[in-house]
Amino acid sequence: MSGAPARRSASGGPTTPMPDALLARGPSPRRLWTDRAASAAMLATVALALLPVVLIFYYIIREGFSAMNWEFLTQSMPYSFRKEGGGFLNGLIGTLIMVGVATAVAVPFGVLAAVYLVEYGKNGLLAQLIRFFSDVMTGVPSVFVGLFVYTAFVVPFGFGALMGAAALAIIMLPIIVRSTEEMLKLVPLEIKNASYALGAAKWQTVTRVVLPSALPGITTGVLLAVARAAGETAPLILTALGSLTITTKLLGEPISALPLAIFDGARTPFAAGQARAWAGALELLLIVLVFTLLARVASSRSSISR
Amino acid sequence: MSEGAVTLAASTRRRGVGRRVDRAFGILTAASGSLVLLVLAYMVLTTTNTALPVFRAEGISFVTGSEWLPSRGVFGILPFIYGTLVTSAIALVIAVPISVGLSLYLTEVAPAWLRGPVGYAVDLLAAVPSVVYGLWGVFVLLPLFLQPIAEALGSAFGFLPIFAPPASGISYFGAGVVLGIMIIPIISALAREVFRAVPADDRYAAYALGATRWEMIWGAVIPRSRAGLVGAVMLGLGRALGETIAVALLVGSRPSISASVLQPGYSMAAVIANQFQEADAPQIRALVGVGVVLFAITILINMAARLLVWRMVAER
Repeated sequence: MSGAPARRSASGGPTTPMPDALLARGPSPRRLWTDRAASAAMLATVALALLPVVLIFYYIIREGFSAMNWEFLTQSMPYSFRKEGGGFLNGLIGTLIMVGVATAVAVPFGVLAAVYLVEYGKNGLLAQLIRFFSDVMTGVPSVFVGLFVYTAFVVPFGFGALMGAAALAIIMLPIIVRSTEEMLKLVPLEIKNASYALGAAKWQTVTRVVLPSALPGITTGVLLAVARAAGETAPLILTALGSLTITTKLLGEPISALPLAIFDGARTPFAAGQARAWAGALELLLIVLVFTLLARVASSRSSISR
Repeated sequence: MSEGAVTLAASTRRRGVGRRVDRAFGILTAASGSLVLLVLAYMVLTTTNTALPVFRAEGISFVTGSEWLPSRGVFGILPFIYGTLVTSAIALVIAVPISVGLSLYLTEVAPAWLRGPVGYAVDLLAAVPSVVYGLWGVFVLLPLFLQPIAEALGSAFGFLPIFAPPASGISYFGAGVVLGIMIIPIISALAREVFRAVPADDRYAAYALGATRWEMIWGAVIPRSRAGLVGAVMLGLGRALGETIAVALLVGSRPSISASVLQPGYSMAAVIANQFQEADAPQIRALVGVGVVLFAITILINMAARLLVWRMVAER
């Protein structure tokens, strides 16, 4: 093994086929059959993984479109799950408000925190702690974040849009910190040095050179965080509570959200409520996919690449 | 690394105002970074403090008691811990072989043109919100697969305690299957990265010894990836433990412990979501206590997973 020099094919890919010369004698039939069985098993797992993808998108599109219409998009819920008609406009508005406020709060803090990690803290103790606990925080169950916001803020101030937004912001923050950090790390040292050579201070270099050149990548991370927040249900049950009517108040009044309306529809035994839940699922999935797609577009436009 | 940058920056700091702005900006970023730590610490303190009376009143029987009777003020959460662990274990039994097989196929076997599309398709699963999984699970997967499979398992293996009838799709089994589907994209995304990181030289060495492709995978790829794979599985497990809505809709909401996975039960996250809106003050404290225990379990799993993944990345 150590005698022969390592050889790489021009294509360099790890799946370069076995050189024919080595097959001169060939493996025994038993080993060949094991190999074939293993390939077949791997192919079967691909089919098993793709099956739910197909089933989910097929049924959401089929059931969702049959219940989706202009009325659904532009009207609120009727006051009973039995009644047909109406829609999730109350939920859509709630989702837009809460995700919007959460983004407005989480983005500046998240980006500044990433600037600290890359430009100031580097490999210091504080920076390592922040990195580690950001990673840990992305794994905190979202329902626990909801419990926290409930005990800390809902108990004194009541249910409302701001409470839901606070929970969503806490969920978004670590995602933005870590994705932005990865992007800032890619900014080449040369352009930072060029900025310093022109007499710029560090804060000027960060705000006028580093952040703008990493902007597409930062946008990607933010959009993915938005997509994640828009689909969160559990923390909103404990903070926004849900409502059948449209409200734009930030405080003191429960507010609905698309996932909350879908959850209620999924729990009702009445066909009309379930139909609205399917249409809502289609609406929510489209919103999430649009943000995911925009994230891909933003990252492909990035001028700095790995 | 940025020696040049540092000295250049220092020379621009002679003017007084600029220097102060610079320092203020540095402090601002450090404060934002510390916010993550503060929020996490504040979360732990507030919730633990709220649940403290219940912890004191119930003592160890909070986690060992199997009676959950809010009307009588008895709070034992063992059925929920049990349900969380059982549904997550079922999810892993389903998701780990599929994710590993899929990732091996995509990195080692599939032709190049197939890798991108299949990878994207599986990644799409990660974009689906959990409430949509729940809705789809109840109205599509349950009548189509979960109920028939549960009944078949019950009638074929009903003599085993874990498949004892009455068999239902609304059960640990049903919730576990949907959880498994939800964590496939998480585990497979990391597994693909881990497999890709195995040096090509290891593969060539295996081939040079006359290995078939499967022997190369088994002898060269898998041993190199073990730590990373364990990390990937634990991250999937962390997600499964904390998943709320899909489980709330499919697990059956029965606060009892049964050995049979085909019978309804409950999970920690699901009981919080389901009972919160109708709970009185003592019950809310107990539900916050459930959240604290859930947080402790997931945080331990996550920290272990991160350390494993970090160690593997550092070794590279």
